[in-house]
Amino acid sequence: MASDQQLSTKHVLGIKYLTAADVELILDTALQFKEVINRPIKKVPSLRDTTVANLFFENSTRTRISFELAEKRLSADTVNFSAASSSVKKGETLLDTVNNILAMKVDMVVMRHPAPGAHHFLASKIDASIVNAGDGTHEHPTQALLDAFSMRDALGGELRGKKICIFGDITHSRVALSNVFCLQKLGAKVRVCGPPTLIPRHMRSLGVEVSYNVDESLAWCDVANVLRIQLERQDTKFIPSLREYNRHFGITRERVDRLDKPVVIMHPGPINRGVEIDTAVADSEHSIILEQVENGVAVRMAVLYLLAARRKEG
Amino acid sequence: MPVLRVIHDPDRFALTIERLCRHLIEEHGDFANTCLVGIQTGGVQLAGRLRDKLTQMGVTGYDYGKLDITFYRDDFRTAKGPLTPQQTEIDFLVENKRVILVDDVLYSGRTTLSALTALNHFGRPAQVELLVMVDRRFRRSLPVKANYRGISVDSLHDEYVEVQWAETHGQDQIILTGSE
Repeated sequence: MASDQQLSTKHVLGIKYLTAADVELILDTALQFKEVINRPIKKVPSLRDTTVANLFFENSTRTRISFELAEKRLSADTVNFSAASSSVKKGETLLDTVNNILAMKVDMVVMRHPAPGAHHFLASKIDASIVNAGDGTHEHPTQALLDAFSMRDALGGELRGKKICIFGDITHSRVALSNVFCLQKLGAKVRVCGPPTLIPRHMRSLGVEVSYNVDESLAWCDVANVLRIQLERQDTKFIPSLREYNRHFGITRERVDRLDKPVVIMHPGPINRGVEIDTAVADSEHSIILEQVENGVAVRMAVLYLLAARRKEG
Repeated sequence: MPVLRVIHDPDRFALTIERLCRHLIEEHGDFANTCLVGIQTGGVQLAGRLRDKLTQMGVTGYDYGKLDITFYRDDFRTAKGPLTPQQTEIDFLVENKRVILVDDVLYSGRTTLSALTALNHFGRPAQVELLVMVDRRFRRSLPVKANYRGISVDSLHDEYVEVQWAETHGQDQIILTGSE
């Protein structure tokens, strides 16, 4: 149950900047919102006096729709901005873009930007609360929060002491870094597993185990969070081919069937079927991928609600 | 705040619960189309007491739920402290049902207004009645009136009427607190 605390921060820029109590508060509040989104009328009036701008400077399907749904379920007004069809193409700066939007009395900003740290720059310049929907290869805090929420739900309500392994392209994944921070704050044991070329050299310095053996890691973990091979972020070839990646590092049906204990399978999406994960696994009884999507709306409602509750104190 | 006086001791409290239940049975009979919904958190405690007593009196088989109104409150940003949501457990529709909304204390009426808004998200009730343990008279900000009341209390602005429960305070009672 949520404690009588507020979030310690005016923004959600990254899991790194949240306390463990903040994370617990968000997850506990999300539990109540999950009940709301399963009612006949899936709306509450809490943010009826709030306008939220969704600024997406990178492509997105899931995250954008999830945030917009969360805002609408909270009765907030929403405005959507896509860089592809905006004055950014004419050379307008990030700060000018945001200030122009805020001048129209927008209260909160949800932003995805390709530059790591873009949100920190903005937070130092504007008054509105900012939610990071992904900044380059840095962090994706709401994804980590919904992942933790889903894991907690699948594992009986507690993550302390549980073993979570993140598989795949760790180097290019903001989801991986946010997951590491979030799970450590909740007391879980974290491991990353993938080809050496896709795991940052200093990963162990974060207190995370590193493994290159997928079968051993699958047998070790309670939850396998499988990440996409991010082809669009690879300037050089880190793997010989997708087929070879699937053979040596893919979460295949054969690998999962060999396990002598159940494992929870997760993926933040979009899935490269047949590459990092087989269709037979992604659609299996072990998978909670679609639950993750449902939980994402509830978690984002909790984040927006708790940030809006802070607003009066500046 | 110091306790100024005990309004209802445990014996009077139990008597009031019984009287309220008899009144409910008089109005709703066997509760065939009636459901009982407690408003978090004091209303849930009271609804629990009513349900136990109704069971002793042979009235069972009706829908019972808990309603949290945190996300429907109109003091979202002006409340003195953070608002912590509690659980809502309504696994039935209230469509065409007679709903008895239960709360411990009726004061300004804003909680009741929020509860009515929240309740409408579970269907369109045929009728909604309000049952409260304490009606703080002359303190209403909205045109809200209880259909069933345990006791009416006249109090000053700097006084506070609290319903205490055995689970948290050792015994069921109603007290008046305030500056001495």
